[in-house]
Amino acid sequence: MKKMVVVMVMMLVMVSEASMIEQTCKETPDFNLCVSLLDSDPRGSSADTSGLALILVDKIKGLATKTLNEINYLYKKRPELKQALDECSRRYKTILKADVPEAIEAISKGVPKFGEDGVIDAGVEAAVCEGEFKGKSPLTSLTKSMQKISNVTRAIVRMLL
Amino acid sequence: MASSDALLPISAREEDPLLSDVSRSDRNAETHRSRRPVKGLLAVSFGLLFIAFYVALIATHDGSRRSNDPKLESNETSTSTSRAHLAGVSEKSNGQLLKLSGVRNAVAFAWNNSVLSWQRTAFHFQPEQNWMNDPNGPLFYKGWYHFFYQYNPNAAVWGDIVWGHAVSKDLIHWVHLPIAMVADQWYDANGVWTGSATFLDDGSIVMLYTGSTDKSVQVQNLAYPEDLNDPLLVKWVKYSGNPVLVPPPDILPKDFRDPTTAWKTSAGKWRITIGSKINKTGISLVYDTTDFKTYEKHDTLLHKVPNTGMWECVDFYPVSKTAVNGLDTSVNGPNVKHIVKASMDDTRFDHYAVGTYFDSNGTWIPDDPTIDVGMSASLRYDYGKFYASKTFYDQNKGRRILWSWIGESDSEAADVQKGWSSLQGIPRTVVLDTKTGKNLVQWPVEEIESLRLSSKQFDMEVGPGSVVPVDVDTATQLDIEAEFEIKKEFLDKILGDASVAAEAEEFSCQKSGGSTVRGALGPFGFSVLADKSLSEQTPVYFYVAKGKDSKLKTFFCTDTSRSTFANDVVKPIYGSSVPVLRGEKLTMRILVDHSIVEGFAQGGRTCITSRVYPTKAIYGAAKLFVFNNAIDATVTASFKVWQMNSAFIHPYSEEVVRAISST
Repeated sequence: MKKMVVVMVMMLVMVSEASMIEQTCKETPDFNLCVSLLDSDPRGSSADTSGLALILVDKIKGLATKTLNEINYLYKKRPELKQALDECSRRYKTILKADVPEAIEAISKGVPKFGEDGVIDAGVEAAVCEGEFKGKSPLTSLTKSMQKISNVTRAIVRMLL
Repeated sequence: MASSDALLPISAREEDPLLSDVSRSDRNAETHRSRRPVKGLLAVSFGLLFIAFYVALIATHDGSRRSNDPKLESNETSTSTSRAHLAGVSEKSNGQLLKLSGVRNAVAFAWNNSVLSWQRTAFHFQPEQNWMNDPNGPLFYKGWYHFFYQYNPNAAVWGDIVWGHAVSKDLIHWVHLPIAMVADQWYDANGVWTGSATFLDDGSIVMLYTGSTDKSVQVQNLAYPEDLNDPLLVKWVKYSGNPVLVPPPDILPKDFRDPTTAWKTSAGKWRITIGSKINKTGISLVYDTTDFKTYEKHDTLLHKVPNTGMWECVDFYPVSKTAVNGLDTSVNGPNVKHIVKASMDDTRFDHYAVGTYFDSNGTWIPDDPTIDVGMSASLRYDYGKFYASKTFYDQNKGRRILWSWIGESDSEAADVQKGWSSLQGIPRTVVLDTKTGKNLVQWPVEEIESLRLSSKQFDMEVGPGSVVPVDVDTATQLDIEAEFEIKKEFLDKILGDASVAAEAEEFSCQKSGGSTVRGALGPFGFSVLADKSLSEQTPVYFYVAKGKDSKLKTFFCTDTSRSTFANDVVKPIYGSSVPVLRGEKLTMRILVDHSIVEGFAQGGRTCITSRVYPTKAIYGAAKLFVFNNAIDATVTASFKVWQMNSAFIHPYSEEVVRAISST
């Protein structure tokens, strides 16, 4: 009898925890991306909305770092793209040094509108970088990824307003 | 259904839907188990409850997996998305940007230092570098206007907020002073945020401000000048008993900020209001105090409006129904209306409403509940980029003066590169429009006229479809005052012509295509920060539309959509309708100061502030044009253009401070 109750409670708890991420991601422009990013993070299962937003800002940070590494690699592999890579480098450094810290501070301190600005800007900087290559970008999947994550994160940050 | 189903692990459940035939074979396999009746009954009811709950959850999950809105999947169309409330919010939008970069001719513009340094203004308040946001605690004391502001000493984006400080004799020529307050106590360790000043009966000053504590709880703190004999009020002291207010039980710890200037109640107490929210209802809490240290919270609110979200930077003040001077915040009486204003966190718009204040219980009701504070149709001080505004009573000249934070509309990369972000609008006087009684009227403080240098007067007829260059030498620092009149014969013709459709009901600056779309009676106005070939330009204009009842409705707009070739900048079309009374000519004033343009229609009934970042129409290449894009109507324009001097805002230096301390 006791075991039955325990198992039932455990199942209820498992089911309802998964649905917090799902409930939140339902309200974003890309449910699948949102769920996959949050599910893959160990903090996701116990985070509140603010925590979920911060996890995604962390993903933005990771993706920006990864993209900067790719940019540095491309300087050697595709030296003819130097000018565009310079602008991309500037833009992605802005994401790391300005957008991400601003978003983390704002979301943690309960003035999410500045976090929204930072998150939107991450997508803008990625789009500008992509545009520098005039259609022949070697970074397309990375910049598109940043824009998608930015849109999803923005939707979650807006829930905190 | 047998209770044993409830014992299957979830994965097995998903493979065996509750109503499938498979469950019967499971049941058959378990007939060997003997059950005691009571336990069985309990188990069955638990099981049924659980099943019912689980079914409900499954149903919601299925719904969510199918909920991807196809409209939102492609970034290109997600500009002002299917969510109406995103429209106008934080204008930076991936969607808007991508639309441009998808266009073949969009030129990717790399900002260089020459173009960026042009953007810095000549006569608008801004710190020497880094980020600024909300105006704080403005006041006049011992001959000086004081201005404090949210400031980041470390970066050109929001963060690490402290109180910047500057003084001026005339609200225009400023001297920067040392930082007034830093985050050095547990109760403001995470930020010294927005607050307001109150003058006590003995002439001393108290400052109430929001602190973000070391645990990120929003509390209200008391501070005051260290030395009231120092007219520059350089040093400030925080009350040792801070915080004086913490979030009340029904308010979340991060929804409690921006205390107002206090006003005297008829009972002789001081009263303040603080914005907040309960779920999605914007509210304003009321507290009474005698010493600013202990407070009584009212059970009732000053006011609330559902579905408006968090109310930031609430402002509350009296305006005279008949006179054009400002009123001290404590004034009340039959000849007075009260304004409630709030900054809407959801939309980044400042809204206000005119109404009646009841001092006996600290409540307020709007004159017109259909345009209550924060509703989409409610009045705004300014229809452009303008937020976190705050007024103060200037006892020096008997005026109520409005400050406002004007943020950037460019990318943060550009802000970091140029090393600064944000301006304050030119301070404006605020009075009730005694002619309409329903709205406020704002006007740049008269002291700005001290910056006027040479001027030129122009009187001309501007025919339909024409753009006329205005010969004024450089055109990056201008004050323009203009009067327009549509020639009567065209007005009569359009009004009398049934084939000319009424469009006033559908027209909006934002949605009707901007200044290139030609109507019967407009658009006409000025194109500022335009290069010679008009490849970059910022039109500020009237659009007169015919209404259904053969009346005319006038709109005032600013179109920044072609203000720059740069593709990492937000370029909205701003504006609103403007009341024009019988017999009035159409009047417009424009202040141009590098990357900021402020427009005022009908003496300040409708105002628009815009940020623009031209790449070509800068320095000597920036020109001024007057235009009339109407299809048929000719317009007479009579206007004066002044060159504006710089305000030479003085960087902080100890010598200067010593020198001015003795003046």
